[in-house]
Amino acid sequence: MRSLSNLESVKRVTTRAKPEWQLKLYVAGKTARSVAALENLKNLCETHLAGRYSIEIVDLLVNPQLAAGDQILAVPTLVRKFPEPIRKIIGDLSNQERVLVGLDVQPVRRE
Amino acid sequence: MPAAKKKPSEPALALHKAATGIIGLDEITEGGLPRGRPTLVCGAAGCGKTMLAAEFLIRGALQFGEPGVFMTFEETAKELSENMQSLGFDLAKLQRQKKISLDYVRVERSEIEETGEYDLEGLFIRLGHAIDTIGAKRVVLDTVEALFAGVPNHAVLRAELRRLFRWLKDKGVTALITGERGERTLTRYGLEEYVADCVILLDHRISDQVSTRRLRVVKYRGSAHGTNEYPFLIGSHGLSVLPITSLRLDHQVTKERISTGIAGLDAMLDGRGPYRGSSILVSGAPGTGKSTIAASFADAACKRGERALLFSYEESQSQLLRNMRSVGIDLMRWVREGLLQVHATRPTLHGLEQHLVQMYELVREFRPAVVVVDPISNLSMHADDASVKPTLMRLIDFLKMENTTALLTSLTTETSMPLADSEVGVSSLMDSWLLLSNVAFNGERTRTLQVLKSRGMPHSNRVREFVFGNRGVDLIDVYLSGDRVLTGTARLAQAAQEEAASELLDQDHQRRLRALERRREAVDAQIAALNAQEDERRSDVEFAIASERFVAERSAARNKTILAAGAGLPNLDKTKRSGV
Repeated sequence: MRSLSNLESVKRVTTRAKPEWQLKLYVAGKTARSVAALENLKNLCETHLAGRYSIEIVDLLVNPQLAAGDQILAVPTLVRKFPEPIRKIIGDLSNQERVLVGLDVQPVRRE
Repeated sequence: MPAAKKKPSEPALALHKAATGIIGLDEITEGGLPRGRPTLVCGAAGCGKTMLAAEFLIRGALQFGEPGVFMTFEETAKELSENMQSLGFDLAKLQRQKKISLDYVRVERSEIEETGEYDLEGLFIRLGHAIDTIGAKRVVLDTVEALFAGVPNHAVLRAELRRLFRWLKDKGVTALITGERGERTLTRYGLEEYVADCVILLDHRISDQVSTRRLRVVKYRGSAHGTNEYPFLIGSHGLSVLPITSLRLDHQVTKERISTGIAGLDAMLDGRGPYRGSSILVSGAPGTGKSTIAASFADAACKRGERALLFSYEESQSQLLRNMRSVGIDLMRWVREGLLQVHATRPTLHGLEQHLVQMYELVREFRPAVVVVDPISNLSMHADDASVKPTLMRLIDFLKMENTTALLTSLTTETSMPLADSEVGVSSLMDSWLLLSNVAFNGERTRTLQVLKSRGMPHSNRVREFVFGNRGVDLIDVYLSGDRVLTGTARLAQAAQEEAASELLDQDHQRRLRALERRREAVDAQIAALNAQEDERRSDVEFAIASERFVAERSAARNKTILAAGAGLPNLDKTKRSGV
């Protein structure tokens, strides 16, 4: 999918040695919602988890068999694979506050 | 209901149906569930929704070559496999053969945080993937309502469910969706709003401490269906539903006759016993020998090499075998040879319908030529009277369709009660009705048997006495003396009396014969005497005649001599004269 090539770069940039935060974003094709979700996620990670995260994008239209593994029903779904326990956030991640709560991330205060 | 508007415009072609393979359900729905459409199965917890869904899928895969996807929201795939294993279905094997795909969808509310917009495309993709992988024709969602607990936004969920059912239709799969029963609605979350083609309601009711599962097709768009409530049973071979009204009176009959095992009884029934495939009711008060007649009936079948199935609701198998042995009916050998099966259960174990379903299953499995139920009146102990008759009717009709001869015994509470009332209304369904009664007379009680009716054959109107020997049961002609029927000792006394009387008569005859003989001898003697007299008289007469003739000859001779001496030659003259 086109969305994937776009997203690969994100992964490459952010993957260093052992990232502290491993996130997986499940989407179904390049819909407005999934693009929005990815944008929101990138913004959030760059702001609060800069250099400490990795994002893996799974397009279920390409790999439908992967949906069962993480018990994905809704899309987009963001899964926090690490640190454990696994957390899931469904929706386009437009509400940054709730995403941070859902991921249990300490927000970085900008002075 | 979007589907509602589309239906009437469809051609009047018969709706395509996907057979479920579940005994009875296909008969009620006249062929199965609507093919390519979703069907809703709803009911309270524990009434067999998952079982029905799973059997629909498994039978589809095994019997109809239609692979299926089982998407479970409540049980894990492993749990489900184990549960189905207990019914003899090997889900794991079917999974390996790619006939069935199990997908456990876990919805954990605590793990899910919701931010912004989303849809359930993930579920669609999973389901679509599973369907495409094995080429599924059938889908089960059990129970999709679990999503309501896991997905926070119900508005989204409802919209998505609507889309899901539409999507299933577009995919052309026959879907079965289960739903928990709600307070006032069929399902707790009103799924019937989305799935409107076919709705099946399962129910689990308890009356008189006996529970009965029932099934009803609430709605079946575009198809006729049975509307009644049908009892069903989850047995060792899955579900079986009892269709009541689908049974028609069109069974074929034979002219073949079979023996009841009691020669005297066969003789009463036109000398050849009842028809094969007919039903016989044996009713009587306690201790009139119903069980014994039932046992000899089964025994006779086994002797012919046929299989017999005996349902005993009063005695355990070993007790029955022992008791029957005491009257010389050895059922044990038939059990050992596998010709006889005895099923002894307490009537209170199930409801009447459950018993019936169980009988169906056993009859279908064992395929006996003869079925004996002893006694049928016990079955109705815990049921209200209204339900007994249709249930028994179903049983009798079913047995007739299988061409199985049935002998049902029925306990009448009091001999003085009006007969027809005490027969739980089944006597009219029966082809033959034997009545056993005790006749108390002259300080003793004797068992009598009479044939009240027997369709399609001349039968005896006599009351007959029957006795238990140590070689089984037999019937004896009762004594008709004047206008009275005599049994027991009275019969014996009468017999002795008549025997004595006949001896006297015999003697009298002989005496008269002897007298006749003597008179004949006397007559003979008289004849001889008369003959002798006559002989005497004749000899007298003959003597007289002879002596007279002698005298005459002597005088004649003397005259000649005198003539010759007196005249000289007169003799010569005479000769000369005569010579001239």
